Amino acid sequence: MNGLVQGQMQLTGRGVTCVRGGREVFSRLDFQAASGEAVAVVGRNGSGKTSLLRLLAGLLIPAGGTIVLDGGDADMTLPEQCHYLGHRDALKPALSVVENLSFWADFLGGERCDAAASLTTVGLDHAALLPAAFLSAGQRRRLSLARLLTVRRPVWLLDEPTNALDAAGQEMFGGLMRAHLARGGMIIAATHAPLGIDARELRIGGGV
Amino acid sequence: MTALAALIRRDIRIALRVGGGALIGVLFFLTVVVLMPFAVGPDLALLSRLGPAILWLGALLASLLTLDRLFMADHEDGSLDLIAMSRTPLELACAAKALAHWLAAGLPLVVATPVLGLLLNLDMVATGAVALTLLAGTPALTFTGMIGAALAVTLHRGGLLMAVLVLPLSIPVLIFGVAASQAAIAGPLSFGAPFSILCALSLVSLVIGPFAAAASLKHGLD
Repeated sequence: MNGLVQGQMQLTGRGVTCVRGGREVFSRLDFQAASGEAVAVVGRNGSGKTSLLRLLAGLLIPAGGTIVLDGGDADMTLPEQCHYLGHRDALKPALSVVENLSFWADFLGGERCDAAASLTTVGLDHAALLPAAFLSAGQRRRLSLARLLTVRRPVWLLDEPTNALDAAGQEMFGGLMRAHLARGGMIIAATHAPLGIDARELRIGGGV
Repeated sequence: MTALAALIRRDIRIALRVGGGALIGVLFFLTVVVLMPFAVGPDLALLSRLGPAILWLGALLASLLTLDRLFMADHEDGSLDLIAMSRTPLELACAAKALAHWLAAGLPLVVATPVLGLLLNLDMVATGAVALTLLAGTPALTFTGMIGAALAVTLHRGGLLMAVLVLPLSIPVLIFGVAASQAAIAGPLSFGAPFSILCALSLVSLVIGPFAAAASLKHGLD
């Protein structure tokens, strides 16, 4: 029942307001995203791009407004159908690359692909047995991307996904995102740099 | 179930690797107990009278020592976000983490007790009694300590705060743990009554701990 959706999905936010630490980050934000669509959230530093992603991931509670996912799996909440790729990589330095990846695959559950194949795709197959402590920043990011590939989730929430990736890595990641969209997935990415795919722009704050 | 098993496996694996917390607790326990005869002096009767209390204190402090990292490490590297988002209820995930912590850090304390009992001039019966009470009581220490560990994440303060929060909760466990051991060794009270209360404390904390920790963590995510 889980895995990628049958038919269309639509993510709608209406009048979403975010308050953090008593300060209003953004207010009355409307947005929409559909299957096969990428949304690039842009805005200056501190305008609330990360906060918006964390609201969608259920890690923050909106001070006002609603976020609704139509379509998708009715038995699951929105966060349960999301992949969240944040600033922090959720990797344990003491575990090897493949241990890190297979832990998240086992823990997140649902429809999954071969972990070894994902490592090959992101170009980390040669380092599979290396402890994650020895990875460079770019390699850590690649390992996080392998998580998105190994466990199928229809919605990807990406926070500055291309950070630390080299040119080849960004190209590889662009291909992965296009494949995800072609399967009917949805991407919402907070970014300063170009994403490398066609994306609708959602501007928050920014003194407009 | 696979999700929880995976979480337990991962936490135990990390604890047993270099830099993990499992060995630190036992080493600390060992240090406290080994130093005690030097501080008390060569009075064997006094040592064996104090023995159970010393072992219990050492175990309590050793388990507090490693507990404050229970959620902090996962919070710092972002794992906690993914755990909170997952299809596994956060309460169960907390319980799994505490269980893993107990298996990696609590159980070794129980295993080390017979060896350390020798240093304190405890006989077979006394050592067995202390080990048995520790086996029944250390889960209570871990599962109440988990609440403090979760609060430490919520309040962005680690270390000392955790000890201050958790110590009062662990006092009943200490009282009944030592009481049961003493009863088994010297009498005249029966071993059953304090031991049953100790088991009850463990069972209650097994139920309350995960819910309290999960509630605290949900508020602390931001």
